Amino acid sequence: MTTQTTTTGLLPGLLPELEVIRADFPILERTLAGGLPLVYLDSANTSQKPQCVIDAMVDHLEHHNANVARAMHQLGAESSEAFEAARDRVAAFIKAPSRDEVIFTKNASEALNLVANTLMWATGDLALGKGDEVVITEMEHHSNIVPWQLLTQRTGATLRWFGLTEEGRLDLSNIDDLITERTKVVSLTWVSNMLGTINPVAEIAARAHEVGALVVVDASQAVPQLPVDVVASGADVLVFTGHKVVGPTGIGVLWGKREVLDQLPPFLGGGEMIETVRMERSTYAGIPHKFEAGTPPIVEAVGLGAAVDYLDHVGMDAIHAHEQAITGYALQGLATVPGLRVLGPLDVTGRGGAISFELDGVHPHDIAQVLDSRGVAVRAGHHCARPAHARFGVQSSTRMSSYLYTTPGEIDALVEALAYTRSYFKVG
Amino acid sequence: MTQELDTLYQEIILDHYKNPLYQGLREPFEAEVHHVNPTCGDEVTLRVHLDDVDGVLSVRDVSYDSVGCSISQASASVLADLVIGKPVTEAMAIHAEFLTLMQGKGTVQPDEDVLEDGIAFAGVARFPARVKCALLSWMAWKDATAQSQQGSTHGG
Repeated sequence: MTTQTTTTGLLPGLLPELEVIRADFPILERTLAGGLPLVYLDSANTSQKPQCVIDAMVDHLEHHNANVARAMHQLGAESSEAFEAARDRVAAFIKAPSRDEVIFTKNASEALNLVANTLMWATGDLALGKGDEVVITEMEHHSNIVPWQLLTQRTGATLRWFGLTEEGRLDLSNIDDLITERTKVVSLTWVSNMLGTINPVAEIAARAHEVGALVVVDASQAVPQLPVDVVASGADVLVFTGHKVVGPTGIGVLWGKREVLDQLPPFLGGGEMIETVRMERSTYAGIPHKFEAGTPPIVEAVGLGAAVDYLDHVGMDAIHAHEQAITGYALQGLATVPGLRVLGPLDVTGRGGAISFELDGVHPHDIAQVLDSRGVAVRAGHHCARPAHARFGVQSSTRMSSYLYTTPGEIDALVEALAYTRSYFKVG
Repeated sequence: MTQELDTLYQEIILDHYKNPLYQGLREPFEAEVHHVNPTCGDEVTLRVHLDDVDGVLSVRDVSYDSVGCSISQASASVLADLVIGKPVTEAMAIHAEFLTLMQGKGTVQPDEDVLEDGIAFAGVARFPARVKCALLSWMAWKDATAQSQQGSTHGG
């Protein structure tokens, strides 16, 4: 396989020690059927894991495994310490003012559902009812659509949507019509998982705060590739998932301002989230434990802690620059494929590393199948963003997504495989 | 790897994909169903028209409108070609045979006398992610046929 070594000098912004980074990810060395090297361009779906994350999880299971906060023995103390240390690391990674504002969930979907559900039960300022409005956008992942549909249907509130421009950016021309005194919640993605668009979250949050609305940010695609400061972002609540930031599956993060989290009622009831339980009624623990009923994902938290340490060590500014360089190179390469149309911004400025596209005459499923036969792993389908696909008049698309280990040579392999796909299906 | 790919994309499949048979929605029909594949977004709207032919309840027409990949599109074409004109009981037997083939993980030898062009899908059974593509219209047809029969019972 060709690597970046021949092109590194030509692409400003690439991580200088890309071969060293790649060596940290054991899976990148494997081959596929037919002895083909793996060209993994599906990192927006899930990222690969560096050895240090795998080792941290194995070490925990081999040497420190016990339940947290319940076991009065040495292993219990070690496990609790490892779990809470992971919270400290995540808090530092996203620059959370307080570690207690970092809640571990199962994934980003659960974190968004936690917010939407507890808002349904909220009283006082946060309560929703008829005449109130929730504003989302047409580029949301289904996990940032359906919980708000459920919330508005169940409370009688109205769900409203930011539209998209032809270029795949948020249409902010009617922001003053959309965000009004009636708006109670504005929930949006920071970076689109389909279009790659980076949204002006702080600007929209400022407008939302003028009318007293709560700002929820889905940062599932942002935290992997942008330096994140939760306070500067303008969010009141921000969520992301562990497995897209080189961590394991099974763990997500909900960060929220203390005053918001304190005001929201509990979500799941059970062990760990209580203060005292009596038969007539219970009282609840403070944050973060108030929202962490039951045995949490302990080894997953340990893995996530190691993951954000790894990203910190490489540097999020450097990772962002690398993604920009690769994305720009990919946009140039894809532009050379006849009949290919990119859905989303064509300018690398203000966009992330996910690029969705259509190819005339070949269905995305068939594209993905042919690419797979060449060792190139991409995603095909609606990427859990059907409204955004509908906006562009397509049923599905093919998506390539890069990460800190992606080389220009892998982009070349994709472009070559797309040319092969066209010849295989005899188009053009 | 091209060889592996060719077991999936048989010429017969690509032919049906490029020139689908019985495509479009027609009247009359007793039942219309809309089936989707939620993981990929493929969709089919399918109508079934059943009628007595010499005292035997038969498939008079299957018409459809679908969006999807080559496998799902070709499969709808092959389905319509196979079942139109057959008694419902025989068409259901063909359905069962196709289902067995698709769920056989590549171990089932297809019977060309029963499945005709449908044998081209034997290779699809070896790609677990694509089996649902091949079955989309077949499941829709079974659903619509069951509804048609209920309808005809009610209607006398």
